[in-house]
Amino acid sequence: MSSATTTSEVSSVAPPRERAKLLLPAILFLLLALAPLAVTIGMPAGWLALLTRALIFAIAALSLDLILGVGGLVSFGHAAFLGIGAYVTGIMITEGRSEALVILPVILGVCALFGAITGAVCLRTRGVAFIMITLAFGQMVYFLAQALSAYGGDDGLTLYEKSTLLGFNPFANRTSFYYSVLIALAGAYLLVRGFVASRFGRVLRAARENPVRVSVTGFDVTKVRLVAYVISGMLAGLSGFFLANHTEFVSPAFMSWQRSGELIFMAVLGGVGSLHGAIIGAIAYLIAEDALSHLTEHWRVIFGPMIILFVLFTRGGIVGMLRKLGPRHG
Amino acid sequence: MAEPVLILDGVRKSFGALKVTDGVSLAVAPGELHALIGPNGAGKTTLVHQISGMLTPDDGTIRFRGQDVTAFNAEKRARHGLARTFQITSTIASLSALENVALGVQAKASHPLSFFRNAASDERLNRPARAALDAVGLSERAHVPAGSLSHGEKRALEIAMALALEPAAILLDEPLAGVGKEEGERLIALLKSLKGRYAMLLVEHDMEAVFALADTVSVLVYGRVIASGDPAVVRADPAVREAYLGEEGG
Ligand SMILES: Nc1ncnc2c1ncn2[C@@H]1O[C@H](COP(=O)(O)OP(=O)(O)O)[C@@H](O)[C@H]1O
Ligand SMILES: [Mg+2]
Repeated sequence: MSSATTTSEVSSVAPPRERAKLLLPAILFLLLALAPLAVTIGMPAGWLALLTRALIFAIAALSLDLILGVGGLVSFGHAAFLGIGAYVTGIMITEGRSEALVILPVILGVCALFGAITGAVCLRTRGVAFIMITLAFGQMVYFLAQALSAYGGDDGLTLYEKSTLLGFNPFANRTSFYYSVLIALAGAYLLVRGFVASRFGRVLRAARENPVRVSVTGFDVTKVRLVAYVISGMLAGLSGFFLANHTEFVSPAFMSWQRSGELIFMAVLGGVGSLHGAIIGAIAYLIAEDALSHLTEHWRVIFGPMIILFVLFTRGGIVGMLRKLGPRHG
Repeated sequence: MAEPVLILDGVRKSFGALKVTDGVSLAVAPGELHALIGPNGAGKTTLVHQISGMLTPDDGTIRFRGQDVTAFNAEKRARHGLARTFQITSTIASLSALENVALGVQAKASHPLSFFRNAASDERLNRPARAALDAVGLSERAHVPAGSLSHGEKRALEIAMALALEPAAILLDEPLAGVGKEEGERLIALLKSLKGRYAMLLVEHDMEAVFALADTVSVLVYGRVIASGDPAVVRADPAVREAYLGEEGG
């Protein structure tokens, strides 16, 4: 606390240091790049599958953080995009179109369209109404998937092969699949980070704090939020592509409201608005979930309160905690 | 006299049975500083909201730079060069003073919503933003988050944010509200330095400031303009003295 005055004096003569903000993400991605080595030195192979799953959810949590943490919009229907990505993948593979470069543009297109239409409706509202309407749209997609009897309906759809990439099978091998997901996550992270730092991102950030000021400055706040919502949905669709390839199965449960809630938990657990926090949150969430579910079948009863307490006491999630532990800047 | 930049004609607004703006007509010429005074609850802020597009009048027209802007929303009016400040300071607290101003510069830039340029290091935004901060005396505080500025500095920052829009007119809703004597004097000097360069509609309670700054004074009471004209004449108007100035003079 005593450093607050020094910090503001330092920052009044020089812009805040950008490099310090890069350190944590750099360490994070370095560790993730090295993680498969842990398997070669004796970690169980299932561990890499768990981490792959975590990184897939990290893409979704990261995309959510763009609208939740950066834009201040609490979407409770984000799993719909993840589900759409997974279902498009499942359906196209079932129909014999397994090439990723064919599937991905379809996913991005469908998610953009769904995001534009639902976003235009949701963004007419704010606060609790926004949460409820995003939830409603999410449930709509959930019930739609249940009704898709040609593709498994309620039971879900099993995939008998994975996607290919330019005719190769990078997703078939555990390690190369892991790296494919990691590359996608890194790409998504850099993209979102670039957005946040851009002129567009500045308006989105400013509108989270003071939309009235932003609109009397000449910006169409709703338009900016809608664009962010669409981009966010497209990235979540990308995570759905990997999730379908990972589980080799898609089901309506992928887009249940509980799943949307979990994505919010991940972002909040890591620390909203920092972007790498969402990644850390997703990894922590999935590892904790895995560990607790091995201990007891009632793990949710323990897990929920644990997260709430953690977020209450750390303020700013895991990233906020690391920042406090780290060296004082300035 | 030059064609006014801002013309209000018969503007009306009611909240339920309460007529908050009761047929207001007034005009502000280019470079003119037009003060709008009146007791608390007279409807000054509500009028500023209607001029800036945050509220839609029930009736009447608002013309700005020769165009009927009554149907324009707030962002469209801002893009046409109508800037404003708020009675209750309104900045982006977590952004630095420089970024707050750069946001306004950005609004006027050729790619206001570009995805591809880093905004914070963009000199095309920062250079004009620094000039505006300089004009209000905040250059030393450029990198301080707006939320950490003193109250008077925040008021000055809001004026810099308005200047960043290269406006044709600025609406100032009680820019001296809650400011101490010393900072108040600095703000009055600042407004004086801007005088003649922008059309300004100044809502203000501080009579000293109003009569030091204004070219024209309009008095709003219960949503009606009861007097308008030269400050000295308005000050002498018996109706004004009774409705407003009298209570100040005690
Ligand atoms: N949104 C609103 N709904 C209902 N009444 C309002 C609203 N905004 C302002 N008023 C009322 O309108 C009157 C004028 O308010 P305002 O424009 O803030 O006055 P001033 O700025 O001159 O003090 C006050 O009586 C206030 O209570
Ligand atoms: Mg007022």
